[in-house]
Amino acid sequence: MILAGLIILLMGCGVLAWLAGRWNNTLPRIISLFGISIQLLVVVWIWLTHQQGSVTGQWIMTYTHSWIPAFGIQIKFGIDGLSLLMIALTAFLGLLSVLTSWKEINNRVGFFHFNLLFVLAGITGVFLSLDLFLFYFSWEVMLIPMYFLISIWGNENRTYASYKFFLFTQGSGLLMFLSILGLYLIHGHNTGIFTFDYEQLLGTVMQPQTAFLLMLGFVLAFIVKLSTVPFHSWLPDAHTQAPTAGSVILAGLLLKTGVYGLIRFVLPLFPQASHQFAPVAMVLGVVSILYGAKLAFAQTDLKRLIAYISVSHMGFILLGIYAFNEMAMQGVVMQMVAHGISTGALFIIAGTLHERIQTRDLGQMGGLWAKIPKMGALGLVFVMASLGFPGLGNFVAEFLILNGSFMANQKLTIIATLGLVAATIYALRIMQKVFYGKEQKTWVIADFSIREMGIMITLVIAVVWMGLFPSAVLTVSRPSVLKVIESVADRKAQTREAQLHRQTTLEQNITMTGASLPGHHWNTNSKKAN
Amino acid sequence: MSAADILSLLPMVILAGGILLTLILIALRRSHLLIFTAAEIIILAAIVAALLHLNQEPQIIGDIIVVDRFGLYYQILLLSATLVISIFSYISLERLFPDKRKEEYYVLLMLATLGSSMMVISTHFISFFVSIEVLTISLYTLISYYRERDKAIEAGLKYLVLAAMSSAFLLFGMALIYAVSGQMSFHALFAVATNYSGSSNVMLIAGAGLMIVGIGFKLALVPFHMWAPDVYEGASSPVSAFVATVSKGGVVALLLRFFTMTDLYRYQNVMLAFTVIALLSMLAGNLLALQQRNVKRLLAYSSIAHLGYLLVAFIAGKGMGVQAATFYITIYMLTILGAFGVVTILSKTDSEADGTEYYKGLFWRRPLLAALFTLFLLSLAGIPLTAGFIGKYFLLTAGLGNRQWLLAFVLVASSVIGLFYYLRLIVTMISQDEDYQKGLSPGIPSKGGLLTLMVLGILVLGLGLSPGWLIDLVRTLP
Repeated sequence: MILAGLIILLMGCGVLAWLAGRWNNTLPRIISLFGISIQLLVVVWIWLTHQQGSVTGQWIMTYTHSWIPAFGIQIKFGIDGLSLLMIALTAFLGLLSVLTSWKEINNRVGFFHFNLLFVLAGITGVFLSLDLFLFYFSWEVMLIPMYFLISIWGNENRTYASYKFFLFTQGSGLLMFLSILGLYLIHGHNTGIFTFDYEQLLGTVMQPQTAFLLMLGFVLAFIVKLSTVPFHSWLPDAHTQAPTAGSVILAGLLLKTGVYGLIRFVLPLFPQASHQFAPVAMVLGVVSILYGAKLAFAQTDLKRLIAYISVSHMGFILLGIYAFNEMAMQGVVMQMVAHGISTGALFIIAGTLHERIQTRDLGQMGGLWAKIPKMGALGLVFVMASLGFPGLGNFVAEFLILNGSFMANQKLTIIATLGLVAATIYALRIMQKVFYGKEQKTWVIADFSIREMGIMITLVIAVVWMGLFPSAVLTVSRPSVLKVIESVADRKAQTREAQLHRQTTLEQNITMTGASLPGHHWNTNSKKAN
Repeated sequence: MSAADILSLLPMVILAGGILLTLILIALRRSHLLIFTAAEIIILAAIVAALLHLNQEPQIIGDIIVVDRFGLYYQILLLSATLVISIFSYISLERLFPDKRKEEYYVLLMLATLGSSMMVISTHFISFFVSIEVLTISLYTLISYYRERDKAIEAGLKYLVLAAMSSAFLLFGMALIYAVSGQMSFHALFAVATNYSGSSNVMLIAGAGLMIVGIGFKLALVPFHMWAPDVYEGASSPVSAFVATVSKGGVVALLLRFFTMTDLYRYQNVMLAFTVIALLSMLAGNLLALQQRNVKRLLAYSSIAHLGYLLVAFIAGKGMGVQAATFYITIYMLTILGAFGVVTILSKTDSEADGTEYYKGLFWRRPLLAALFTLFLLSLAGIPLTAGFIGKYFLLTAGLGNRQWLLAFVLVASSVIGLFYYLRLIVTMISQDEDYQKGLSPGIPSKGGLLTLMVLGILVLGLGLSPGWLIDLVRTLP
């Protein structure tokens, strides 16, 4: 009930905020702040009271309620370590988005917060859904309000950007919907039970080709969302044109829904097909890392630059997911959280700058450190975080991912490592162009206010905390990560078992049984990781 | 005809009797409000009578008519749509046609509804043809009712010529089938269809083909759709809504019944023709809508595309397909009524609000109305939280359940195209630059119209969130 409550809470506050906006501009902000704070408190409460390590692979909490029984559709939410982390990130970044838009958004304040809270509700729904229909439903629910956020409160080219964003994500989403229906019907024909229940759909038996096609539908929706090259072109436009809060949510949360989808749905539902697809995915990941970095380096628009950093960082995530081992996967989880925070912070800095000097053009900035030392220093922290500076969260994440994927594919990992070098170049370029060097124009510009300092310091604490104590995050996610790895590797072991079995019967050999115990394979992996 | 037969036809008797009564009332006293109220009461009474019969055993009257749950459901649907349309008509007539004779309009409206609701219970070529003609002939007049506006006459004439021609196609198709089989009732044709299965009989196939042309015209499916945009644009918005909902709804019901009862599904050629028509309608409807700047024309193309979607379920066949089609037409009617309602209640005394410039910045001037319109558009686009999404889900499930991957895929692809123009209209409504001041300002919405729209909006939203009851209801229809 708590889980459904979270979503109802956000939606309810959204409607209230809209209504309140008719009378007052501050009231919607306070209502939103209140709603998201409660969500954050609930998440912290779940985090503290439920020792995740103890219950391996089980849901910490579930909620089931029938919705459209005629089609086997139910409202089923579940939370495990992975979802918990994502929900925590959602609430955290949500809170900061409300705070950053406190002064920035001054027209249609009520409707703005309505949309903001509905996006957050949709995202929360995505991270909690255990019913594929409900998942798709939430997946779509988060689009419309995001579309409004970009197209009403965005910058000069907002209409184009919002169209592009919507058509890309909606089109790929519909393909995923076809795949969901395909899976539903195949499972129904096999077992006679027509259901969208995630746990029941796991292990659906189907033809390898069918599985591969269905998987492609899912994968397409998710990699469009996480803006893998060549499906990345919506992202720079959307991120650049969105208002600051929109950029923070896009980069920090919306991209993560794609990652989450890959981990939660694609790998467990289509283990075989995922193995077939892995080489392609890893190559796409590496291409995204390098191409994203190259494009980031070439940008003259600060927000566009940061957007391409996201493309590059999401490449690491794709590489890590398809390495199929615990270490890389833990790195992916870490990267999701760390990227959410560091890129969110960079967008807030870019947004504040834009608000003050009305330009995002790097050519017009320069030498700003002397005037706004606080912003400069904080900018340096997050630039360092993005380039993977040891001691900050992103370093741990990228290290784990590269280490893990090295075990899976050495050549690609070596190429991917070049991305770290490129990261240094593009990241330092931000510092150089914005804060150092010669002053291009004499700007009259105010430094961070107390409210903004509060936001940024919270972010700094978070990113340092993750860098120094990564185990806090990793222990929470470990059970879920192990379960995913198990579901992928288990199949591999099973097929190997089947092959071995055939061999043994053919050759009348009885000595192989020990090697073919199911689960043996991933045990060795997790040992290595420890 | 026994007393029980007449009793089961009570909704139609009420409606037919009501029409005569209204005529007498008009003779006694010309008052727009009075006639409007009388029409509302008559339609409501017919709905109540149909609701009372809903749980009774199917009543077969000769070979001509069967009153069953399926038919009654559609009758209720069509009558309710007429109820809403007559409210919009009242607003539209008061605004655009003052100081003229408005009362006969309701007689024609009810007559057309009578034709449509008779069609859904027909099981014989005769009853089918007579009811479709009653519907069409009333429509000729309704479309050109605002006779002083030049486009109205043009639209009426266009509809007259083309509808008459399509009726000829329909009749000739029926005649061919009759010539081969000697049968005209759907029951008897079932046996014929079984005997002549395969493509052994050219005349039967030709007859079915000609009938498809006729039906395709009435549903405005591509390539028989040319009339739709002009008629929608020329007629007043309530009449356009009527053409889009009541007229099409009745034909859809008949089509479903005809194909299920005669089992024409076994004819591969016929189904292939429908597959091609469905593909064309989905693609052409959406692509042509992209270029429209007139909201009524846009809705016309959008409804062409929607009927194309509906065919996906129809092609999927008995059981799931019929249920999905029925569910979808219900949702579609709700939504398109809402959309035309918005156009109606924004109309001014000299023109309707059909150009997109009337909608510039509407969100900031009339937030409630714009929010409702957004809701209807999103539902037409099939976005979650709205009923349109559930409808599209039902269609896709039915289509995929029958392994119609191509159709399902095109449905998905073309609805992405569709999104584009719905979004464009929404963008127009939220455009906040000062230039909306320069845009044309629409008329002031009336309270009654707004209330009706709100009811429709709540239904669209409610069915998007908990469609369970309607799905269960639709599944109990045979």
